[in-house]
Amino acid sequence: MLEATLEQKYNYSVVRWFTIMSAVYLVVGALVGVYIASELAWPILNFDSPYLSFGRLRPLHTNAVIFAFGGCILMGTAFYTVQRTCGVGLWSNRMAWFTFWGWNLIILSAVITLPLGITQAKEYAELEWPIDIAIAVVWLSYMFNFVMTIVHRKSSHIYVSNWFFLGMMVMITYLHVVNSLAIPVGLFKSYSIFAGVQDAMIQWWWGHNAVGFYLTAGFLGIMYYFVPKQAGKPVFSYRLSVIHFWALMFGYVWLGAHHLQYTALPDWTGSLGAAVSLAMIIPSWGGAVNGMMTLSGAWDKLRTDYTLRFLIMSLAFYAMSVFEGPVMSLKTVNALSHYTDWTIGHVHSGALGWVGMVGIGAIYHLITKTYHVEMWSTRLINTHFWTATIGTLVYIVAMWVSGIMQGLMWRAYDEYGTLAYTFAESVEAMHPYYAMRVVGGAIFLAGTVMMLVNVVMTVLSANSQGSVERARTAAATA
Amino acid sequence: MALQERMEKNIWGMIIMLLIVLSVGGIVEIVPLFYIDKTFEHNKYPEIVWQPKPGQTLKDHKPGDGVRPYKALELAGRDIYQREGCYLCHSQMIRPFRDEKERYGHYSLASESIYDHPFQWGSKRTGPDMARIGGKYSDDWHRKHLRAPRSVVPESVMPNYPWLQQNKVDGENIQTHMRGMQRIGVPYTEADIAAAADEVNGKTEEDAMVAYLQVLGTMVKLDESKAYRE
Repeated sequence: MLEATLEQKYNYSVVRWFTIMSAVYLVVGALVGVYIASELAWPILNFDSPYLSFGRLRPLHTNAVIFAFGGCILMGTAFYTVQRTCGVGLWSNRMAWFTFWGWNLIILSAVITLPLGITQAKEYAELEWPIDIAIAVVWLSYMFNFVMTIVHRKSSHIYVSNWFFLGMMVMITYLHVVNSLAIPVGLFKSYSIFAGVQDAMIQWWWGHNAVGFYLTAGFLGIMYYFVPKQAGKPVFSYRLSVIHFWALMFGYVWLGAHHLQYTALPDWTGSLGAAVSLAMIIPSWGGAVNGMMTLSGAWDKLRTDYTLRFLIMSLAFYAMSVFEGPVMSLKTVNALSHYTDWTIGHVHSGALGWVGMVGIGAIYHLITKTYHVEMWSTRLINTHFWTATIGTLVYIVAMWVSGIMQGLMWRAYDEYGTLAYTFAESVEAMHPYYAMRVVGGAIFLAGTVMMLVNVVMTVLSANSQGSVERARTAAATA
Repeated sequence: MALQERMEKNIWGMIIMLLIVLSVGGIVEIVPLFYIDKTFEHNKYPEIVWQPKPGQTLKDHKPGDGVRPYKALELAGRDIYQREGCYLCHSQMIRPFRDEKERYGHYSLASESIYDHPFQWGSKRTGPDMARIGGKYSDDWHRKHLRAPRSVVPESVMPNYPWLQQNKVDGENIQTHMRGMQRIGVPYTEADIAAAADEVNGKTEEDAMVAYLQVLGTMVKLDESKAYRE
């Protein structure tokens, strides 16, 4: 009995828990996102309450989706992939549970501190210094366990997914430690030791690489394992994955500077960042092609395998986002797009379309594999697929229109050579698009709720069938 | 490919290679910012940054004298600005374009944020830029606007901040904050810190916020005829 072999050889329990929590956090993160999007459309929803005001909830949204959903699925998939591809169980089960509980406590502390206004005021690195220290410790426990499992592997080569996971772990350690350097002035307050232009560059070195490594390299690790597995085909090209990997590792680090075009950051830095950004289109598309072509000879599976649909759609959004990003880093485009909703749209085509969908694909795959059952409802996965796709499209189209419109209104001149619009007029013009964004986000949120229901029902039915228990106690075939 | 082959078989080799490859971009883009003089305009135009004469404290600074550390009440306001996440919707970085000059004023200089730990340039303008908001509106306008933005700007989507007028600023706290800043290189004098408690005691968070907003962009008087940056 194959399931018994796997269940007894590997630590699936910690993977199961990370997977379930990532499904929960995706719902929570998307819900907060829809709420704050509604606040921008209808500010009355701030309810004059500090704890509900946009400025405090926005970091909660970003932390929930990046660190809670993203972190849990990255940890779950990395622990799963490394065991399966190395042919050994995790190096330390106790350390894996430490990582699980530690990470979830960090998320809990974020849920408490951010609405209270406890923040370092650096985007995507808001959590205060005691939590930052905890993040470093838990993150290193994750990395250490992962590396030691590879050290004890049974296979001769390290599989490509693990390179990407490892690259992410190393770089995020660098980034988190340097960007969070701060002088504490109280238990819940600190000041960055860097100031002004240097702080800005370090922040965006972190900011863009949180995207580049955490949300891209890490999720590419997921892609390189779960797409071939779900398709039942080997990765299209080994050479392409080698190029994709090293080009990404070397190149992504440079991109942060493109967030600071035309600011007081010296021109050479911004231009360098933009130049490397443009060059990154090639390896990124190479990676997207590599993922999609893995399906060659198995395209018909898309008709019946809804999980595979998520994975392939995520690659389509990946390909689009990694083209859009470099375009936005061009100085002429950036002059228009910077400070506008276009940036928000770009982030969400990556976050909902790429990160979200590849993560969702991995959740469905992991639930069936680690609970040794089929999903409760495959039709619901299909409905989820369409809501996720349509929701994402509505969201990003709304932000494209509002972003480009903002940019054009701000720089428009009338026939007398004076500014055509006041700032307030541009805010008013955004209203329909902000409402449209709420609709797009709500559609996406509805899909995540369907997924959570599906996951919970699957787990309940697995429990009543005793599928995990059976696998645990049955005689292994190997 | 031989090297790749070896790394795929040796995790430590791969980690070392990653450590090297991942360091390059950051080192090339970040480290020079600490060493190249041209990064800061005040290396060429020293008048941008306030140089207090011996014995002078922050109280002796007049608007236009040059960039200086924030006074106690302003710093308290800045702390609140960060707590409420204002930087998520308001930038403090004016770009060198004609429309931004007309809308917000002279483009921002790197030297203007040398005391900003952390920087507040922002990345999004859901609301307008704040870099030179100081002096554009009256204190009274700001109070009304903070309490109920739509009472003065009907199109606004900003949250109301009614709690700022109720909360008091803590003097001892602000002294600790100033000492922290001092330790990372902000030139607060002992006299500045000693005077801080009296300066903020009894003041509300709204007072602090208004003080901060009103100082933004007013510390230095920039000369239109000078090319601070190429």
